[in-house]
Amino acid sequence: MRLARRSVLPGFGLTLGLTLTWISLIVLLPLAALVLRPWELGISGIWHSLTEPRVLAALRLSFGAAALAAAINVPLGLLIAWVMVRYRFPGRGLADSVIDMPLALPTAVAGISLTALFAPKGWIGALLVPLGIKVAYTPLGVLVALIFVGLPFVVRMLEPVIVDLPADAEEAAATLGATRLQTLWRVVLPALGPTLLAGFGAALARGVGEYGSVIFIAGNMPMVSEIAPLLIVIRLEQLDYAGAAALGVATLVLSFVILLLINRLQRRFARS
Amino acid sequence: MSLELRDLRKKFGPTAALNGLSLSVPRGEFLALLGPSGSGKTTLLRVVAGLEFAESGAIEIDGRSMRDVPARKRGIGLVFQHYALFRHMTVARNVAFGLEVRPRRERPSAAAIRARANELLDLMGIGELAQRYPEQISGGQRQRVALARALAIEPSLLLLDEPFGALDAKVRKNLRIWLRDLHDRMGLTSIFVTHDQNEALEMADRVAVLQAGRIEQVDTPDRLYAEPVNAFVHEFLGESVRLDCVVADGVARFHNIPDVCLPTGCAAGPAIALLRPHEIGLLPGPGPAHVESVHAAGPMPRIRLALAGRIVEVLLPEGAALPMVGQSRGVDLSRARIYSAA
Repeated sequence: MRLARRSVLPGFGLTLGLTLTWISLIVLLPLAALVLRPWELGISGIWHSLTEPRVLAALRLSFGAAALAAAINVPLGLLIAWVMVRYRFPGRGLADSVIDMPLALPTAVAGISLTALFAPKGWIGALLVPLGIKVAYTPLGVLVALIFVGLPFVVRMLEPVIVDLPADAEEAAATLGATRLQTLWRVVLPALGPTLLAGFGAALARGVGEYGSVIFIAGNMPMVSEIAPLLIVIRLEQLDYAGAAALGVATLVLSFVILLLINRLQRRFARS
Repeated sequence: MSLELRDLRKKFGPTAALNGLSLSVPRGEFLALLGPSGSGKTTLLRVVAGLEFAESGAIEIDGRSMRDVPARKRGIGLVFQHYALFRHMTVARNVAFGLEVRPRRERPSAAAIRARANELLDLMGIGELAQRYPEQISGGQRQRVALARALAIEPSLLLLDEPFGALDAKVRKNLRIWLRDLHDRMGLTSIFVTHDQNEALEMADRVAVLQAGRIEQVDTPDRLYAEPVNAFVHEFLGESVRLDCVVADGVARFHNIPDVCLPTGCAAGPAIALLRPHEIGLLPGPGPAHVESVHAAGPMPRIRLALAGRIVEVLLPEGAALPMVGQSRGVDLSRARIYSAA
């Protein structure tokens, strides 16, 4: 392991050492403990604990809702980030701080507020009931909560990239005869592509791990609106530590594979 | 095509970027917009391209008003100062862009577009770069790509914003000659912005000198140099020697230079006399000029004189007899151009 070229910045050995120590202590060590735990069940025990219908349903809901929420957050976040960067309007500073609120708010508070809003008698829920749409205590509620917590990640990732987008490229497209839609599609979006993917990954990762805001609005019906993190907590409360760890590792591995794929895709995007 | 600009006005906040600017550019001309930074050159280019809008005034191309024509329908090629290439596209795709975005009915076939892009890149002398990305090529090559991209749409008018600004001196010199030649071969009508007077005088058919959003003078390079209409143009183009004088009864007199009086049509009052260093003659002394130094290196000897309280540089003709440092000499200012100081 060595630097390809001599760098003007000294201290490669020291900084790499610190980085590795830090990653080991904070990330790898707890993860290793997690990964080691389930083996006391034996391979078949792990397999059995993970293929319970209730577990599969929870994993499907967690990853499905997180992916869908991320997919919704990407265009939504792009729109918000674009408006915040490109336009000046009264109340912009205020709107800018509001975007970060889901990050600062204790997730339980967010969950309770969302539940109050979307419950059949809540402000929004009451409007949706006549349409036959139930949000609170259904998988749709999970989706709403995950959109709420994931949005700031996408917006904050996109903003600096939109700031850096050269405005003259868009102007050049216009002088070359491109319509606004063509400019957006052929010039702006390709330049944002890698960041949109990264935003998707961040929102997805956040969504898979989200607990506090979801459990209040989800209703937590086994097989229907129960998310994987909740199931882990339930197993912990039943003192089934190995089973909880098995589910934890499964979530971890799935997330890792998905993020790795997104990372790959992003790199290919950036190259082409 | 021909371009006609009439009384364009535009303000950015309190400052006028265009202040009643009028200009007409006939078909086939290569016109330079020359002026100090902040004089409105780039704004003018952007207004013509349709990227900015004047508050009043008219823009006509071949007699057709551009008032309600958006940038994408003007058919004007604009080469940006920093090229504005699309970073995620290859050079060939960059050049093809203007053809690919055409409505289906007007769009050439994919093969025809590719052929056209390659043909333009060959014309620019960078055919081998077609599959590279903008970040993989040099500044001068990017300049050519930007030009090829602008030319792909067969623009009626080509606008270039400081086309050589970001290039080193040698590349710049070659590109100048090449661009001028390209303009002539392709029968283009071009306007280019520069703050480099040599560039403007060397390349352009005519040069428009801008100051504070107005055109001070539009003329051929030689007339601009020989007959500047005011002191600003005189001093902006080439070395100038400036002497204060007073005009009364149709003659200009200098404060500390007795025996010199120059007939002028200038209005009575304080005035400025401007000369090029080689237009000042040295007369046998004694006289008002005091020789401070003599530099005889180079084709024309350069003399520094103390005259009327200031240091004045004079270029003597080749082979002229050199004065001695410390000598007192007379000066011939008869070729001075007199401008009213108001």
